[in-house]
Order: sequence, then C-alpha cells, then structure tokens
Amino acid sequence: MSAEGIPEQTPEKPERSGHAQHTSRLSNLHGAGNPSPMAPDADCVLSSRIRLARNLIGFPFVNRANPAQCSDVVHRVQATRLGGPFASGVRWVNVQATTAEDRLLLFERNLISRPFVESNHPRCVAISADESASVMVNEEDHLRLQMLAPGLQLGPIVERMLELDRTLEHGLEFAFHPRFGYLTACPTNVGTGLRVSVMLHLPALHILEELEKVQRAAKDLHLAVRGFHGEGTEALGDFFQISNQTTLGRGEHDLVEEFVHSIVPRFVAYERAARQALLERDASSLEDRVYRALGILRACRLLSLDEAIKFLSRVRLGVAIGRITEVSLPLVDRLMLEVQSAHLARATGCTLGDDRAARANLVRSALR
Amino acid sequence: METTCDCCSNPAVVHETVIRNGVKSEVHLCADHARERGYPMPSVDSPSILVSKLMQQLQTGQAAMPSRTVKACPSCGGTMAAVRETGLVGCPLCYRHFEDELGAIITRAQAGANVHVGRHPAHASDLVDRAAMRNRLARELREAVAREEYERAARLRDKLQELGGGPTDAFADDSDTDASAAEGGLAG
Repeated sequence: MSAEGIPEQTPEKPERSGHAQHTSRLSNLHGAGNPSPMAPDADCVLSSRIRLARNLIGFPFVNRANPAQCSDVVHRVQATRLGGPFASGVRWVNVQATTAEDRLLLFERNLISRPFVESNHPRCVAISADESASVMVNEEDHLRLQMLAPGLQLGPIVERMLELDRTLEHGLEFAFHPRFGYLTACPTNVGTGLRVSVMLHLPALHILEELEKVQRAAKDLHLAVRGFHGEGTEALGDFFQISNQTTLGRGEHDLVEEFVHSIVPRFVAYERAARQALLERDASSLEDRVYRALGILRACRLLSLDEAIKFLSRVRLGVAIGRITEVSLPLVDRLMLEVQSAHLARATGCTLGDDRAARANLVRSALR
Repeated sequence: METTCDCCSNPAVVHETVIRNGVKSEVHLCADHARERGYPMPSVDSPSILVSKLMQQLQTGQAAMPSRTVKACPSCGGTMAAVRETGLVGCPLCYRHFEDELGAIITRAQAGANVHVGRHPAHASDLVDRAAMRNRLARELREAVAREEYERAARLRDKLQELGGGPTDAFADDSDTDASAAEGGLAG
C-alpha cells in the first residue's frame, strides 16, 4: 500500500480484465499517437475523442472528498472489471506517485488531462494496452472514461465507449437522476456526461484569414473551440479542438451522429475548399510555404516546441494536398507527439525546458 | 371652520352623529372630554409609544425568528453559495436538495435543455420508468383540464397521487438514504 492508500498491485484478475499491470513508473508507452494511414478524413481531422463523466453513489464529488474517500473510490474502481478495450490488457498508473515528467508524458499522449496532472487528490489512471482508452479516477469526477482514435472515427469509438460503460455498471453504481441524467461535479456535464471532440487541422482557413468565421459557426452550433491540448490551451499549428458544449437533452447516438454527418463534414468541406482556393489562386506560394517549412525542419539546429508544431503543421498541409510526397501523414503526426517536451526528455535524456537542440536533431533525422 | 368641543372651547376631535327614535343629533368632543365619556382614545404619548412598541415588536420578532439560515446539503454540507463560487456541486445528493436552484443553472448552461435524454444505468430503470409515467400522466391531466374533462382529470390526478411525489434520484446509499427514500422514493 502506498502512502496515499492506493494499492501498488491491482486486485483485478487477469482472466477478467486482461493482463493488469500496476505501476508508478512509465515505460514502453506506445500506440496512442500512431495514427493509421487509413484514418478517415485524416487530411483535416487529426483525431477523434469521446469522453464520459461518471460518479459513484455514496461518495461526495472529488472537490468535496477527503483523501480517504478518494482512495476508497480508487480501490472500488480498481476492483471492477473494465472490459472492452481493456480486455487485452490494462496498465494502472498511480499518478500521485509518478514523477512530474511521467505525468507530463501521459498528458502529451492525451491519456490524462491538465487538471489531472496538477491535482493533489489520490488518483490513478487505467490505460488500455493499445492506449486507445483510459479511465481517469478522481479527476473532476470520480471516473472520466476516454476513447481516442486517429482521423474521424467517432462512430466506432462511441460504441466501444458505451460497451465499457455497460461493463462498468456491473461493478459500480453510478449517480443518476431521471431529470438531470448522470450526475457530475460540474452542472455543465450532467445528462449523458458525454463530450465528443475532434481535433481539426485548418491551415488553409488560417492563411485565408477565415478562422474567425469558423469560430462564429462553432458558436452558433453550441460548440466549444479549444487549442492543441484541449481546455485552457492555445491553438498551435492551426490545430483546433471542437466539442459539444451541452450534454443534456440529447441522446448519445444523436449527438455523435450530428458530429459525424453534419458538424465535422461542414468544417472539413470548408477547409478543403480553402485549400483548393489557395491552389487555384497561387499554387507556387502555397508550395513555397510548405516546402520552406520542410526545409527548415531538415536543416535547423535549434527548434522550440512552438516552431516545431508550426512547421510540422505546414508540412502536414503539403502532404495532405499531395505536394509533399516524400513524407507521410502518419510520420508528421508521430513527430508532433515526439517533439513534445516529456517525450523528448524520455527519448533523448535531455532536460525539460532545455531541449531545442534535441528537438532539432530528432526532427532532422526523421525527415532526412 | 374648526368645530369646537361641546363642553369646552378646545377643538373637537371626536365627531358622532346619533339618530335615536328618528331624531338626529351630533356630538363634538375634545380629546379630554371624549376620554371622560368613555370614548376609546389613544393616550397622549401614543405616537412615541407606538413607534417604540413597533420597534420592540420588530426586535422581538427578529429575536424570535431564526437567523437567516444558509441551506446546506445534509449529506456533504455543500451550499449553493459554494456552487456559485466554485462552479462545482458537492455531491450527488446536492442535486436533490438544491433541485430548483441547480435546475435553473443547468437549464441556462445547457442551452435551455432541462430533461435527460439517453441511456441510464440499469439500477435506475424503475425510477426512470416511474418518472416517465408521472410525466405522461401530468401531461394528460393538463390536457384533460384544458378540455374540461373533469372526471377523467380526477382519475388522472388520483393515479398521479398513487405514484407519489418527488421521485427521483438514484444516487444515495449513504446514511441519509433511508430517510430520503421515505420522502422521495430513492433507489440505489
């Protein structure tokens, strides 16, 4: 038992929920950042994410829970079969006992949220073997279930998410109210507790200075627009996360269907039209822009994170419109993960915050 | 012109018209003579006494009334003031204790939506069914009243009463649950 009361060994039985590992030291993380080359709409959609918020009956929400109650919640969840994407293996990470670098690593891989990194509550996260799913225990809510997939794949992942939710119900009783639905610490999440989001890559709309229109359209559709790492983060490299702002009054499938068949296609069509307009108007300028970025990445000796994302974004555009052929989209997307600080520190041994040379070396050798 | 007292030259403050055996007579008296004759008159110092008494009543009333209490969730101790300050609710049971206040906040935050649509946990099925039944009966009752079908409305009202009031939550198994369940039909 750790000092915080979180067991070092999971009580899960392998035959029930796959091969469970329990650790406070991360190694061999893989998978989450490796988009499939066949990912649907990958030219404009970097990734899809579904999140469910759930809370247990009989406990205060995390913001009013004491450490013993938080630890009790952790024990209960760890004693429950996760199933679904965790069936082939689950890794439990005692986040409180991990290093700051490991927490940052999990955050960069979108397996945990920024508030979860910075929280002081006893907490842990379950990560599926392929890193497509994670369960944060004691984030703002007792459970935050999350599924990730490259490109636009909301349909398949919502089915997997609801399967996971049903499996968890066998072992956990979730707080529910017939009028308000699933009860959450923040009233903005009640109802389904479902947050649907996609990370869009909109470089052509940026060049054409149309992003303000995008923001307005998103607002009209009751969507939140956020930056590269979600809530509270800035847009880097023309990547924008759009997500539903309301969670009450619409069923899970209804919401996802609207994203898949109406909302995302609208933004994707808008971006593709902008790319076409740029090519028709002045293809040379666009080619210069994307190849110049590739040249910088291939030649630089010092590279900040912001620069890396900015130039990788331009290269991504060049690949997506077929002008850059010697680099693949999966490689660009992988690099966008690997140039981030904790990944770089883990891979090269460089110091967090003093990593520009290491980042330049990594990118140069990858794009050689 | 000011009427004077029938007994002295002081201004009359009591004026009475008496009709006895068909004969009309008028009485005008100053305060002293009116008091002498048994007319109910306020005392000389009545204004200040009245004010004082009023103040006393107010003070007594304040003392007798409980001080303005802050409603707290009996389960977690959370208050609506805390919700407004932090944006976070304290526990699932707060949603029942502050249902009206939170309902208003939720409706604003959820672009006007105020009723859950979508899946629910298996353990809450009975509550969901009962809530749906109650909503249906309430709607039919409103329609019956609007159509002036009073016998049908009475039957619907009785059915609603049989279902019981407040329903509604499947979220408590703590020590508060038994009492709450008796009041509101909790499950969980």
